[in-house]
Amino acid sequence: MIVFAFLAQTLRIAIPYLFAASGGVISERSGLIGLGLEGYMLGGAFCGALASYYSGSPWIGLVGAIAGGIALSLTYAVTAIRFRADQVVVGIAVNLLVVGATRFFLRLAFHSSSNSPRVAGFGVEQSGSGVVALVGNPLVWLGVLAVAFVAWLLYRTAFGLRVRAAGEHPVAATSVGIQVNRVRYMAAALSGILASLGGAYLALDQHQFTAEMTAGRGFIALAATIFGRWDPVRAALACLLFAAAETFQIQLQGAQLIPSQFVEMIPYALTIIALAGVVGRAVPPAALGRVME
Amino acid sequence: MTSSAHAAASPRASSWANLEEAILPPVVGLLVAAIIGDILILSFGQNPGHVYRLLIEGTWGNAYGLGQVLYKTTTLTFTGLAVAMGLRAGLFNIGAESQLAAGGFVAAMVGLLLPVGLPPLITLPVYILAAAIGGGVVGGIPGALKAKFGAHEVITTIMLNFIVLALLNYLVSAHVRVADSLHTADIRTGALPRLSQYVPAFHGSAANVVIFVALATAIASGWFLFRTRRGFELRAVGMQPDAAEYGGVRVGNVWWQTMTLSGAIAGIGGLNFVLGYKHYYEEAFASGAGFLGIAVAIVGRNHPIGVVVAALVFATMSQGGLAVNAVVPRQMVDVLQAVVIIAVAASVPEVRRMLLRGRAAGERS
Repeated sequence: MIVFAFLAQTLRIAIPYLFAASGGVISERSGLIGLGLEGYMLGGAFCGALASYYSGSPWIGLVGAIAGGIALSLTYAVTAIRFRADQVVVGIAVNLLVVGATRFFLRLAFHSSSNSPRVAGFGVEQSGSGVVALVGNPLVWLGVLAVAFVAWLLYRTAFGLRVRAAGEHPVAATSVGIQVNRVRYMAAALSGILASLGGAYLALDQHQFTAEMTAGRGFIALAATIFGRWDPVRAALACLLFAAAETFQIQLQGAQLIPSQFVEMIPYALTIIALAGVVGRAVPPAALGRVME
Repeated sequence: MTSSAHAAASPRASSWANLEEAILPPVVGLLVAAIIGDILILSFGQNPGHVYRLLIEGTWGNAYGLGQVLYKTTTLTFTGLAVAMGLRAGLFNIGAESQLAAGGFVAAMVGLLLPVGLPPLITLPVYILAAAIGGGVVGGIPGALKAKFGAHEVITTIMLNFIVLALLNYLVSAHVRVADSLHTADIRTGALPRLSQYVPAFHGSAANVVIFVALATAIASGWFLFRTRRGFELRAVGMQPDAAEYGGVRVGNVWWQTMTLSGAIAGIGGLNFVLGYKHYYEEAFASGAGFLGIAVAIVGRNHPIGVVVAALVFATMSQGGLAVNAVVPRQMVDVLQAVVIIAVAASVPEVRRMLLRGRAAGERS
């Protein structure tokens, strides 16, 4: 039973990572750096809560989150592709933009600087083992599906082949008639949709939006993308690993075996080790961050 | 036009074009931000002119506001210079946030160990060195990882931000904090004087003499980048690493040395809060100044003078947010700061192409 509760909690923590890391994989494989994931998640959480509040339906909330995610990721893609802006700069600016904008509109819409009122959500009202809440939440299933969807899209469809070509060798891709920039816009929009659903999961699970509620989860998802070597399934396993470490830390909180700060470091430390290539080097897509001339 | 006349005119013409290329994007950025700001203010049912007037009055309109602006300018100058130094070598240091914190932390630890009551003139160099070491180590690690293993510094500096901040939180909360607080004990030696000691009108504001260290660092950075062989090598690596390597520059060495220097500069910025303002280290004192340093470097076009000006602009916006908070949410300026960054980043390549086209047309005629 303890094992079961452990697994349930791990999955619960992993769901937003699974969404966002799937988005990170599709974006980076197309050649666009996924630094805006945190912003898409937070934007999705806010738009999801807002749409759910005004409609009374969490499903409309999801539509709102998706709209927000697309708007943000296309803002990023247009400045990076059409205007050739530096992707690192714009990615970080998008995150700053969303932190400020969600707080601004929180005050505009709800006259609060910290959280929204209660909104309709998916979470079941009980905090026991969490298993019931897990099974009853459609976003949990959607999160697992997102991984399978991105894996299928990337490796089993013509679009996926184009995405990978755009990220590895855009010039060659162009020479065989692939419209690299169009593929990248679509990959960006998809990453915005997926990451915003991860954010919406947080808001709709807790039945409210709280300022900066994503708390760095987008960067953990980016770490999972890299630690998973830009492969959707391996990135998902990285998400589960990171989530399991968090669960472990929560369950052992009373025991004080390891200070929580050291558990927090695990995803980031593993990612650095993977990039440095101590065990099986992580090599990014060749054209990551480069815009077609 | 004769060829000799053309040769005589071209240096001046090109330096004018360079200036245009440097200044146009930030101007575009501020204009776009002003328009978005109008929209946000109107959406809140307020009068933009009134809000902008409040913003100016609360920052440059009185000595206290100006002092707060100068205090924020100081930290942003350090983090902006740190990021700019990296970018000149083609390195993107996203880690200024944790380098700033590490610099402040190491300086605070040294301050708690030093005998009580030493004069600032003796302790200041010690503190600068301590902060530079703290930030330099945190910056040097990603530099070495890039030089040795080719690990991309953007990702490693982001990841190190989380690691270092968590480590500092652990050290403070488990070992050196005052009970029921998030900060260390007071440092009782070599506290740096506030500007209000010399100009009483600044009374109450946090501006302190570290601003002079910031200006000196800006001047030294400019001298290093544009007047020394090492600085030349650094810029050569930034423009064309392969060509620099072929020209005899050890690119890997320049990478880790530049990242160490960049981290050290950010680290010294920690003195502004720790020794100039509060006289203790406090968890999360950096509060985004490292990330804004990226904005300051981009808007300041990686030039020390530009960085100081951009730091002043961003500090004014940050302080201005507090001044207008009663009328519109202060987060409006966070949005506007992000808009400035995006607009500048988007207009840099555009302006460059526009000017190139203009120049080509001018030469044809």
